[in-house]
Amino acid sequence: MQHSVSIRDLSLNFGNVKVLEHLNLDIAQGEFIVLLGPSGCGKSTLLNCIAGLLDVSDGQIFISGKNVTWEEPKDRGIGMVFQSYALYPQMTVEKNLSFGLRVAGMPKAEIDQRVQRAAEILQIQPLLQRKPANLSGGQRQRVAIGRALVRDVDVFLFDEPLSNLDAKLRSDLRVEIKRLHQRLKNTMIYVTHDQIEALTLADRIAIMKNGVIQQLADPHTIYNKPTNLYVAGFIGSPSMNFITGTLDGANFTANDGTVIPVGAYQFVSSAPTGSTKAVLGVRPEHIFIGDEAQGMPYKATAEIEIVEPMGSETLAWTKVAGIPVTFRCSSDIPLAAGDTVTVGFDIARGSLFDAGTENRL
Amino acid sequence: MSQTATMTGQPAVAQDTSGPRGPRPKPFFTPKKVILYTVLVFFSLYYLFPLYVMVVTSLKTMPEVRFGNIFALPTAPNFDAWVKAWTSACTGLNCNGLAPGFWNSVKITIPSTIVSIFIAAVNGYALVNWRFKGSEIFFSILIFGSFIPYQVMLYPLVMITREMGIFGTLQAVIIIHTVFGMPILTLLFRNYFASLPQELFKAARVDGAGFWRIFFEIMLPMSLPIFVVAIILQVTGIWNDFLFGVVFAGTQNYPMTVQLNNIVNSAQGTPEYNVNMAATVLTGLVPLTVYFVSGKWFVRGVAAGAVKG
Repeated sequence: MQHSVSIRDLSLNFGNVKVLEHLNLDIAQGEFIVLLGPSGCGKSTLLNCIAGLLDVSDGQIFISGKNVTWEEPKDRGIGMVFQSYALYPQMTVEKNLSFGLRVAGMPKAEIDQRVQRAAEILQIQPLLQRKPANLSGGQRQRVAIGRALVRDVDVFLFDEPLSNLDAKLRSDLRVEIKRLHQRLKNTMIYVTHDQIEALTLADRIAIMKNGVIQQLADPHTIYNKPTNLYVAGFIGSPSMNFITGTLDGANFTANDGTVIPVGAYQFVSSAPTGSTKAVLGVRPEHIFIGDEAQGMPYKATAEIEIVEPMGSETLAWTKVAGIPVTFRCSSDIPLAAGDTVTVGFDIARGSLFDAGTENRL
Repeated sequence: MSQTATMTGQPAVAQDTSGPRGPRPKPFFTPKKVILYTVLVFFSLYYLFPLYVMVVTSLKTMPEVRFGNIFALPTAPNFDAWVKAWTSACTGLNCNGLAPGFWNSVKITIPSTIVSIFIAAVNGYALVNWRFKGSEIFFSILIFGSFIPYQVMLYPLVMITREMGIFGTLQAVIIIHTVFGMPILTLLFRNYFASLPQELFKAARVDGAGFWRIFFEIMLPMSLPIFVVAIILQVTGIWNDFLFGVVFAGTQNYPMTVQLNNIVNSAQGTPEYNVNMAATVLTGLVPLTVYFVSGKWFVRGVAAGAVKG
């Protein structure tokens, strides 16, 4: 199958600073890829390279099978949506949408037709004659998406498009972008630092750190089988519980001496021989209490320190044999600080990492 | 009693409600305000007084001026001195008044304002959005140029314009004003364009617009405030210029400022103070009008251009 976007051995330096190093990424036709990472990890830089707004230091970029490494942005078959919307303030919505088409010298009838179609898809027909200053944040972002839409491109690039919106609008537009993707079936590359956006939108997520892709996988794999400690800690809120200790054969011994059998754990290749310094990671929602805990392979007693009721669920911050452990449970279970409860978890749903290399075992 | 009070959430003890309530009063005559306004009024009078003397004197007749009370209002205000200053005051040997100088100044100011602003705007735009190798060094050199005193360059410029064959013409003055206006205007435009969101430029590039298209269709419509600032700076600066005018224009092309000097300093007969004052006000009228008309834009534009360094 032909890749929609292919990045080969891409490097980018700003002077002596290496922002991207030998990066490879293949994106399938119609795929929704999210580049996720903290500020400064190179995700926006990568997007700008794909768009042609930054010259690369080394490597190649292919879009729809064509080598576009030296092409101008307009010739790459991309449309881009920016965080600050970047609408031309002196033009009406209609002129904003049609600017690129007018630059390309398209006949007026076709321009009108395309603008109408985009306006209809995004439901912004009543706004066509307004200036951007008279639009709300959500409407502006729709127009910005529309500007990419009218150009009828193969690949959509989104650079943190929802970061300037308030929480409510953000979740509304998130759903709308997903709906748009399902309708248009274009390839979309979406940059964000918001893990909820990444998990909800993506077909595959690329988690980046210091210009290197740490893991590229579907959201379920990223969440449940993080490839290293960084990914495990970055994804999930509250973050995964980490317990340091030693892995010795079929047993994980925490630093305080607690022994947890790991026989049911699926190792990436095979269990390391001999004794290895390791970190055990358990998601807060994979720890159970009460009756459910009784059925779990491993059980312990936890002392609750802080309870955070979130409405639909409750977070509890506890100590298990001196190790801080967070768990998530139904809000129906009455919990109070100072309580002692039995918690249990299944090692098969946990993650083991080598303490030295930080990679998944 | 205390029972009911507790139940309704009211405090059991009655509160004193006669105290402060609503907006805090703002008395006008506080010591702070009196001092502030006294100082402000004093300084505005201090600056307005010379203008007052000029205008009043220009409306008097010579006998009245000689009478000596320069602060008194004119007994019979008339514009004879103004007419004379404009049409028939003697500048050296010519007695055509300020009018030719006015038109010379117009011929100098308009082209040099337009050309210098256009070049500076393109410079600033290119320096921000189309960074090239060495653009920062180029910019530093340009800024350094604006700190070199004019006097240092005066003689070389005379030689250059002579070699070009334009010494003593309007073109020479126009070119020199254009060149000398460039550093500070480029700085102004560069800072303004740098304050515009970079993503707009990127969006226009994705839309396929090139260097000039982005400049004219995206950047210029957003730059009205800074253009107003640049126009004010250039119009007033060039209009008020004396040095370049007197050196490069040649006797036939003296701008208004040089002619004003010649009127005031011509040593024939008794000095006509009323004509001198009228000529001075006339010369200052153009920059004054520009400030009054565009004051609001000026402040806004300076603020917009000055934020980023």
